[in-house]
Amino acid sequence: MTTITRNKKSVAVNPLKQSPPLGAALAFLGLKGIVPLFHGSQGCTAFAKVLLVRHFREAIPLATTAMTEVTTILGGEENIEQAILTLVESAKPDLIGLLTTGLTETRGDDMDGILKSIRQRHPELDYLPIIYVSTPDYKGALQDGFAAAVNSIVATDYGTPVETFHGTSLQQVTILAGSMLAPGDVEEIKEIVSAFGLKPLVIPDLSGSVDGHLDDDYNSKTPGGTSLEQLQQLERSLFTIAIGESMRPAAETLKQKFGTNYQILPRLTGLSAVDQFLWLLAQIASYKNGTNDWQFNPQIPEKYQRQRRQLQDAILDTHFYLGGKKVSLALEPDLLYQTSWLLTEMGAEIHAAVTTTKSPSLKELPFDKVTIGDLEDLEDLALGSDLIITNSQGKRLAEKLNIPLYRMGYPIYDRLGNGSRCLVGYKGSMQFLFALGNIFIELGH
Amino acid sequence: MKLTKGKIADLLDEPGCEHNHKKGQQGKNKACTQQAKPGAAQGGCAFDGASIALVPITDAAHLVHGPIACAGNSWGSRGSLSSGATTYKMGFTTDISENDIIFGGEKRLYKAIAQVIKRYHPPAIFVYSTCVTALIGDDLDAVCEAATQKFETPIIPVNSPGFVGSKNLGNRLAGESLLDYVVGTAEPEYTTPYDINLIGEYNIAGELWGVLPLFEKVGIRVLSKITGDATFEEIRYAHRAKLNVMICSKALINMGRKMEERYGIPYIEESFYGVEDMNRCLRNIAQKIGDEALQQRVETVIAEETVKLDEALAPYRNRLKDKKMVLYTGGVKSWSVMSAAHDLGMKVVATSTKKSTEEDKAKIKKLLGKDGIALAKGNAKELLKVIAKTKADMLVAGGRNQYTALKARIPFLDINQERHNPYAGYVGLIEMAKEFDRALHSPIWQQVRQPAPWEKVRSQKSEVRSQK
Repeated sequence: MTTITRNKKSVAVNPLKQSPPLGAALAFLGLKGIVPLFHGSQGCTAFAKVLLVRHFREAIPLATTAMTEVTTILGGEENIEQAILTLVESAKPDLIGLLTTGLTETRGDDMDGILKSIRQRHPELDYLPIIYVSTPDYKGALQDGFAAAVNSIVATDYGTPVETFHGTSLQQVTILAGSMLAPGDVEEIKEIVSAFGLKPLVIPDLSGSVDGHLDDDYNSKTPGGTSLEQLQQLERSLFTIAIGESMRPAAETLKQKFGTNYQILPRLTGLSAVDQFLWLLAQIASYKNGTNDWQFNPQIPEKYQRQRRQLQDAILDTHFYLGGKKVSLALEPDLLYQTSWLLTEMGAEIHAAVTTTKSPSLKELPFDKVTIGDLEDLEDLALGSDLIITNSQGKRLAEKLNIPLYRMGYPIYDRLGNGSRCLVGYKGSMQFLFALGNIFIELGH
Repeated sequence: MKLTKGKIADLLDEPGCEHNHKKGQQGKNKACTQQAKPGAAQGGCAFDGASIALVPITDAAHLVHGPIACAGNSWGSRGSLSSGATTYKMGFTTDISENDIIFGGEKRLYKAIAQVIKRYHPPAIFVYSTCVTALIGDDLDAVCEAATQKFETPIIPVNSPGFVGSKNLGNRLAGESLLDYVVGTAEPEYTTPYDINLIGEYNIAGELWGVLPLFEKVGIRVLSKITGDATFEEIRYAHRAKLNVMICSKALINMGRKMEERYGIPYIEESFYGVEDMNRCLRNIAQKIGDEALQQRVETVIAEETVKLDEALAPYRNRLKDKKMVLYTGGVKSWSVMSAAHDLGMKVVATSTKKSTEEDKAKIKKLLGKDGIALAKGNAKELLKVIAKTKADMLVAGGRNQYTALKARIPFLDINQERHNPYAGYVGLIEMAKEFDRALHSPIWQQVRQPAPWEKVRSQKSEVRSQK
């Protein structure tokens, strides 16, 4: 079992952590036609927006209730109401994702009460789901905010679909896509699930909104992602696959609400992790609709059998370069779990690990000690390692220590293609191994 | 500095700012006291503004007293460059937790200051309050005062919680901290009659470095840079300058005005963009502080630079002639960049007047001509409409609008804070010409506008069949 230590400092130096509201906004961005609305001061939204715009190189629709000193003292009801009405008029959203911040949580706005009275005053907004999540800045990190928002998304009631179920006879599977998954990862997951003859309902689906594609019109809300219509179909899913330990509460909510069984896959990179995913899909796909028994004849599409052999070959080719290498990581818990297991399975050694927040997955890491801390802690611990893996903010310390940096997590400012990079599945695992191997080849190891 | 309602009102009513005077009479204009509109506002907060103004001080530590959002989502991402220390690129925050909110965060702040000093030995620490720590009533001034005495290092409170107002107000609050705690606390080694301060220039993309050699050449000494590429020490003796030169910004206007009051230093407002403005800037400074010899040297340098510039710009002027741009930026830049565009033979068909003063607006009117459009307000949608209507070739705006243009397949140039190229001074104009040329004449535009073969008119003959 891994020991979790927390640094005893009173100051975070070069923070690794981003705020939970940023994570919640990111999760909301995976829904179609949404505008995430921060209940806080203008800056809360502006900083989050700048970070996401620079990371994805996309226009990101985020709004603010623009709280001031006076409205903070009086309470935020009027601002929330005005913000919603303004957004409805200007962006015509299908959904609004409302999240709190440190300011309004400290003040203690009664959000349930506020929303209730806004609903009463504005019956014309009955068609508009407002997904609300509480995300105080001072509690947790990006991953926590993201997970809380996903939980709110699945807990919200979207009413029964107006149209009849127009899906084909395909069986639907809910995929809860944790914050460690980038838009490119989600795209690959959807393709894999579809290849099994299943219909993926991904929440949130970042691959439709911040994947970097050119639309024909200007968007003041998200151009793609999980649609309201899909959200109304949630209860029809046969099974929930939650990717990332942080998705457990949302999976549990779906089970409570609709009785949908679930399985948590804590990672989706590396041979055995992908094997497990495909095997699970094959089993779900072999369940015949209408009858109540399992026709146990799981089939793996030819394409993936071939990709599996390719990954095995890639593992052979790269093990020369990764074996015995000391790697230091500073990543959010789920991403740390996924990445450190892959590296360990390749024969690399985890030299040091820093993370942002508490999580059950930290106890199951393939090494002894993890620190909840900042990049100053990483700088102190990473000395003597061969590779550092963290976000772009690690650049200066990597240069200082003269250790190569592989960028992962949020934010990544100095690399292109963050919307399409894929590190999951057999193919993604392969690309990841090649990328790491190439770093060491370049260094002449 | 205690943050009181009166203090904030004073800053908003800043008499040096023309926003506050309606034409010909004294009286408040709404521009500065305007409140952000929920659901529509897109700007930063006062804390953001204070950081923009102070973080460029390269050797100081900048410690944010608040929850993770304020520093965690923003540290290290400012575009100011340094020729020396890199401490300002680090992120320091108390990262307060629920416990601190219940029991107060002052102790944690004090310990944080101690830890920063112990490990990094900065010449000073700027400590920023934020919404949450202001709301729970942490006494920033008292903690900073105690820490200053204990550690014998200036620990400077910056009372700029986000919710007190806009980025602009934050700039001014930062200016107040400099006035109250920094300026006038040290003496320069020596002074000359030609000492000036540059105020409101943040060395984005290293712009300062395109201008400083010019000052050196004519014999003007920049005593203190406030705050681009500055050391803490040089701001301490800024009160010994003979002239304050406010660059392209009303943001720190309160510093100019109050330094005039306190130290008798006059101030002028100038811009570094375009030939005309750069010339005027040098001439005005020479006239304010110089003797005839200095004025003569300025004329010589202007003559030399103009010849060099004409030669360097000749090929670009041909390629850029009559190209049309929509300009969307704030305040002074809406006309200063226009004059730079005119230097290159380009046409500005529309520009923003959103944050401009009456004086700015008059200049804009003159430069726009009768067909030009003055945009009083603008969001992304509005901008795209204007571009379509004027058949503009490109959009020149802040980074926030970069994707507005690119997603509409329109060439774009970043002119604000996050830009990557220095456009100030004579060399800057060459750089700007290069960038305009690159953006306008890139071979990519045709590709991103080109429909797929299957999207073309259906009536066309099948190429496969016609070959038979």
